[in-house]
Amino acid sequence: MGIVSPGFFGRRRSDDPALPPGQYRTEDFPVLSAGPTPRISPDEWEFTITTETGQVHRWSWTEFLALKQDDVSTDIHCVTSWSKLGTSWRGVSLDTLFESVESECEFTMAHSYGGYTTNVPLDDLLGGKAWIAHQFDGETLEPAHGGPARLLVPHLYFWKSAKWVRGLELLRQDEPGFWESNGYHMYGDPWREERYW
Amino acid sequence: MRTGWNVAEVIGVTQETTTARTLRLRLPGLTGHRAGQHVDIRLTAPDGYTAVRSYSVASARPGEEIDLTVEELTDGEVSPYLVHQVAAGDQLEVRGPVGGWFVWDPADPSPVQLIAGGSGVVPLMAMLRAHAVADPASAGGSAPFRLLYSVRGPAAVYYRAELDELARSPLVDVTLVYTREAPAGSPSPARRLDAATLTARALPAADNPAVFICGATAFVETVADWLVQAGHSPERIKTERYGGMGAKP
Repeated sequence: MGIVSPGFFGRRRSDDPALPPGQYRTEDFPVLSAGPTPRISPDEWEFTITTETGQVHRWSWTEFLALKQDDVSTDIHCVTSWSKLGTSWRGVSLDTLFESVESECEFTMAHSYGGYTTNVPLDDLLGGKAWIAHQFDGETLEPAHGGPARLLVPHLYFWKSAKWVRGLELLRQDEPGFWESNGYHMYGDPWREERYW
Repeated sequence: MRTGWNVAEVIGVTQETTTARTLRLRLPGLTGHRAGQHVDIRLTAPDGYTAVRSYSVASARPGEEIDLTVEELTDGEVSPYLVHQVAAGDQLEVRGPVGGWFVWDPADPSPVQLIAGGSGVVPLMAMLRAHAVADPASAGGSAPFRLLYSVRGPAAVYYRAELDELARSPLVDVTLVYTREAPAGSPSPARRLDAATLTARALPAADNPAVFICGATAFVETVADWLVQAGHSPERIKTERYGGMGAKP
């Protein structure tokens, strides 16, 4: 046990077994981003997956919405210690988007409008673990929370769930993205408290 | 970067306002930090229960000492303890300072525009202080700095005397915008920061300043949008939101 602070009792919100170590529960949906919020209209939006051979798979907004849609209920965990339990999203599973993609790569880099990047192993995007989400709580996803669409990889710290996502690049070797180059962990498992490196 | 937990000693406390206090901590082995970084503080209750929150460093000194200014949040779990109960001589567990993005680089000759909403002034104060102690002949030390500080009223202002002192430098400009209550004798009434005031008092986009904005989410979102509309490049604007750094610290 660490240094005990006499007289500190706390709120005990972290007794919940759904909370990873060092997290507390919030009912709000705090916003964290490194710069101004990009405003992207669905008309100009597109999503791409680029393989190691340079092949580009591309979806317009209309094509994206025509794909099979999943409703997802999940907990999300921010590295700044808040967790929000039982959030509701609607979007397209990465399994659906990768159906026609052929690649030998094990790593990906997510790229966002505005220049944000984050690295996620391909295994963490497949198998019903990740989506491109465009609705939150039954409403259109607001720009501040990543709209028109964001990556949703809820089993990793939430900075991996890139807002304003515009594509995934398949990589032969793991490379750090934006926060990973600024002191944050390459993988980011909240249950192992992989916050900083 | 220090990413493990270390024990810090509280070596001084200063009341900034009725709801905010500055804690001076000594972190053995620390050799300075970058202006704008934060630390995580972990409190442990006698039965082992712990709570962690992040706080920006306000100081910019080279050695083992850092200052944190903590605002008490009404529904807070950690901040009331830090504002009311911690005393000099106590020990706290600290991780960091960490963060490599929302930091001022003293080697960058760019003019700097700082924009604070309320307690968001804390990491920006670290940048002003780092600028003040930088060699005046160096790239960063000779750069113009402006602070636009939006605050409820005179009683809520942090670091008042020091800001007045810093503003005597020909390189430094400090503008306070009072949103709820103006000081006695003030020529203008209290009002929210608007795009016109921002444009009039901030460094122009043509100067291509490095911009740092820190405050509550709504404040940061609004100000960043105004700056982009006024021609500032989004790549030059760095933001940090207290709504995210701990909605209820």
